[in-house]
Amino acid sequence: MARRAQPVGRRAGAAVALGLVALTLGTLGAVAWRAVGTWGLVEGLGPADWAALRFTLLQAGLSAVLSVALAVPVARALARRRFFGRRALIALMGAPFILPVIVAVLGLLSVFGRGGILNAGLAALGLAPLSIYGLHGVILGNVFFNLPLAVRLILQGWLSIPAERFRLAAALGFGPSQIARQIEGPMLREVIPGAALAIFLICLTSFAIALTLGGGPRATTIELAIYQAFRFDFDLGHAALLAALQFAISGAAMLLALRLTLPQASAAGLDRPVERWDAASPWLRAQDAVLTTLAALFLLTPLALIVTQGLPTLLSLPGIVWTAALNSLAVALASALLATAAALALALAISGPRPALYEAAGMLPLATSPLVLGTGLFLILNPVIDPSRLALPVTALSNAAMALPFGLRALVPALREVEASHGRLADALGMRGLARLRLLIVPRLRRPLGFTLGLAAALSMGDLGVVTLFAPPEGGTLPLQLYRLMGAYRMNEAAGAALLLLILSFALFWVFDRGGRADADT
Amino acid sequence: MLTLENLRLTHGDWTLEADLNLAAGARCALIGPSGAGKSTLLGAIAGFMAPTRGRILWQAQDLAQLAPGERPVSILFQDNNLFPHLTAAQNIGLGLRPNLRLSTAEKARVAEALGRVGLADYADRKPAALSGGQQGRVALARALLRARPLLLLDEPFAALGPALRAEMLDLVASICSETGATLLMVSHDPGDARRIADQTIVIGDGRAAPPQKTEALFADPPPALRRYLGTN
Repeated sequence: MARRAQPVGRRAGAAVALGLVALTLGTLGAVAWRAVGTWGLVEGLGPADWAALRFTLLQAGLSAVLSVALAVPVARALARRRFFGRRALIALMGAPFILPVIVAVLGLLSVFGRGGILNAGLAALGLAPLSIYGLHGVILGNVFFNLPLAVRLILQGWLSIPAERFRLAAALGFGPSQIARQIEGPMLREVIPGAALAIFLICLTSFAIALTLGGGPRATTIELAIYQAFRFDFDLGHAALLAALQFAISGAAMLLALRLTLPQASAAGLDRPVERWDAASPWLRAQDAVLTTLAALFLLTPLALIVTQGLPTLLSLPGIVWTAALNSLAVALASALLATAAALALALAISGPRPALYEAAGMLPLATSPLVLGTGLFLILNPVIDPSRLALPVTALSNAAMALPFGLRALVPALREVEASHGRLADALGMRGLARLRLLIVPRLRRPLGFTLGLAAALSMGDLGVVTLFAPPEGGTLPLQLYRLMGAYRMNEAAGAALLLLILSFALFWVFDRGGRADADT
Repeated sequence: MLTLENLRLTHGDWTLEADLNLAAGARCALIGPSGAGKSTLLGAIAGFMAPTRGRILWQAQDLAQLAPGERPVSILFQDNNLFPHLTAAQNIGLGLRPNLRLSTAEKARVAEALGRVGLADYADRKPAALSGGQQGRVALARALLRARPLLLLDEPFAALGPALRAEMLDLVASICSETGATLLMVSHDPGDARRIADQTIVIGDGRAAPPQKTEALFADPPPALRRYLGTN
């Protein structure tokens, strides 16, 4: 390549990388400066803060272990059985990723809460009601979200075992226990640590679940403690100190994760069951049927209750909910556009020469917790302007940053593929810069661009994070409004608002993802 | 005149050397066993690979500083010669303007080129809706419009049947006469070389030999070519 000019400029990619550094490390700097300025770093942490640290690690660890332990038999059942609805059930396992946390929490409350189905059943049997709040509630919420992820990751492991190996095992007359020892065991030993660590990392920044199902001195995560220091005590120094602690944990966990390649769930090829000759016994069939039914019920019942309880009030929701919905739509669309444009610019830079710095910048949001970012932005903005006036733009910005790594994961491989197949032709025709972007890259990347837009929009639509720090008492987004309705025990309206949020999140994802696929030329 | 001056191409352990001239307006086949470096040599002339030694010149101008799109070269690859998301007319229009912002006069020239290759009614079809032969014609129409003095063919018609391939080569020959282009084409088939190439370069054993008259060459093949043809 004799003195080739850069096919598409990298200035935009460099600007995005700098922006990400400013947004993550810059806010962290503001937090650290404030924290050290107010207290000494360690003596500022009281017993309650250490309790929050212990609780954060405990709930993340238990959630990871439970999710994976429950996922193994479910994944095995899905791997070795064909049945009607199998494909739909596997697709459902991908849904929690874009399901708003607050909606899921409301659904779980309808099943496991004070007035939920479970306690109604217990009362009918004359037993004392169970309370969902506390450590077990937080873990229940985390497992609800991460069991499906674990199932997908482990199912991938199962399906990556060559079918020939099961055929050989059948030819040798292996029974289920020998297959488990010789074939499935080694696979699980490889897949499980990565899956558990991924879930542990996700649960470390557990905020919305802890906010709604935990709370109190015994069930507070650090993220939640940041929010409380902020909202209830308005003690910015203390919030900053906790934010620094959260960053230390997330950073340490990220370093751990870098040493162990984290598995990535992909939907491709998961709908292919493996022919198994060892699992034909009626007992094993019944066992698998029960397991898949239980898993489906666990995931579907809360969502079904949201729909049935929300429908009656959906159209008579108060105006403030509709205003919040419009706010959320605007935030979601702005965040989706910003995240996608930024991810594309960064992906272009990453697919060029010397990508390491750009790749690192693209990973930064994964190590950043939304509440730390929010605290830092608040500290920076507060002296200049009333932060509550910027609640929506700041939410869109932080949501875009959080969605960006997922966009990169979709765009970078697709971009490499485009350059490999048609890059030389474009070079030979002298297509460079914007012309190359418009005529080659964007049209060829329609699918991953649509996916990124949809994912970023849905994640932003359902996010209950930074907005809790910034929003003025009456304003804010739909998830925040829903949280307020739940706090005020207006459960009918909350159910309607939750259904609205559920519909909007999935519709946003569907519209964009579909738009990217429709008549895309391959 | 195309000059490969003391040229050496390297790729790991693999090397190819060439030191030869090809007269302007010549039609030359490039023949030799697979892996000998036929495609690599075309790629180097088109600007996709920098030589480790020597120079590539066209009309005494060194091409080293020119990006692929700036070289006096049109190249047709083995595959992916069209963008699947663009219509036939758009794919051809890229040969006039890489940003596709065409004037009315330029659009008329695109339509004329489509007519010239017998695809006047196919302007709005995308490649997936064209046959392999029609796709080849679209790529040739673009080369016709670009009218660069060097036309490099890296076996773009290898997947076509013999009759269709002969038809394409006749089209190539008439395009070269129209534009006065110098043709350099990779070939596996001595029949193809004889059909349109008056000269042939034999590649083998790490060297590209200077071009020779095709007829004379095949009448009395040197040992390397004899080995390749299997006519010992």
